[in-house]
Amino acid sequence: MKFLKYLLVGILFGVVMTKSEAISWFRIQEMFRFESFHMYGIIGTAVILGAIMVAVVKKTHFKNISGEMISFNPKNMSIPRYLLGGSIFGLGWAMTGACPGPLFTLVGHGIWTILIVIISSIIGTFAYGALRDYLPH
Amino acid sequence: MLEIISQPWHWAVSGVMIVVVMFLLLWFGGEFGVSANLRTLCAIGGAGKRYKFFDFDWKSQTWNLVFIGGAVIGGFIASHYLQSPEPVAISESTQAYLQSVGVATPQTMTEGAGFVPSEVFDVANLFTLKSFIILIIGGFFVGFGTRYAGGCTSGHAISGLANLQLPSLIAVIGFFIGGLVMTHFILPHILTL
Repeated sequence: MKFLKYLLVGILFGVVMTKSEAISWFRIQEMFRFESFHMYGIIGTAVILGAIMVAVVKKTHFKNISGEMISFNPKNMSIPRYLLGGSIFGLGWAMTGACPGPLFTLVGHGIWTILIVIISSIIGTFAYGALRDYLPH
Repeated sequence: MLEIISQPWHWAVSGVMIVVVMFLLLWFGGEFGVSANLRTLCAIGGAGKRYKFFDFDWKSQTWNLVFIGGAVIGGFIASHYLQSPEPVAISESTQAYLQSVGVATPQTMTEGAGFVPSEVFDVANLFTLKSFIILIIGGFFVGFGTRYAGGCTSGHAISGLANLQLPSLIAVIGFFIGGLVMTHFILPHILTL
């Protein structure tokens, strides 16, 4: 029962990813070619409204359902890590047209070849874990 | 009601709904970051025995796995019961460019919903060099890059920027450096292989 609420919000997320068309490979091409405002509108709205939500949660000391303070962990500062890692992800995002949320949502659409992308992404994550001591962070 | 939800959503509605998802996850005691699951899946597979990066209590991340399991079900529900009447409406200039590199944009639902190009994702095309590079190498970059950067679109572009984190802004700049280089300079050559 503890996990049912996560299942339900996950279902909502899958529906949102679909109806927003963020799962569309074509939409990602369009975004990186600056030929439509659609994806920028989605992300921009989410960032602005999300920033307001986070500010309100912090200001009102809003508690989660277990009665604990909602904490936001600040990320450690680094340039190479975020710039290099981000760029590598960007290469993959533009190729597959899917970031991790849409990857899983597309499985539900019966696009079975996306499973190959998911398996490759797990291997990529494994490779990062194996090589991380040799990478600039 | 179902008919209204089944239309493609305006970007503003989609943006609001993403924040609703993010808020619910925070309220439940989780956080919004999908790519962390890829690390959890490595840990479940036993990668923690060899590399300490995967040596953590993955059971504490079960909620996030349930969340992406839900996303699969959500995708199923959306494709079966909330299907848009028309394929995704892509700008004409993008369609023309894709046509020039041999990728057709679906015009009717019988040609596809406009989520993935059949030239790359159809099982029949699986053993072409083009599909191999895009699916396998592309997937590898997604998994490697997100973990190196410590997050993907949900963790950095949305959660991180909403929390005004400079590292997330740097990561998002990286997403675009990689995405623009791939889209404009490399992918056209892969698609015409």
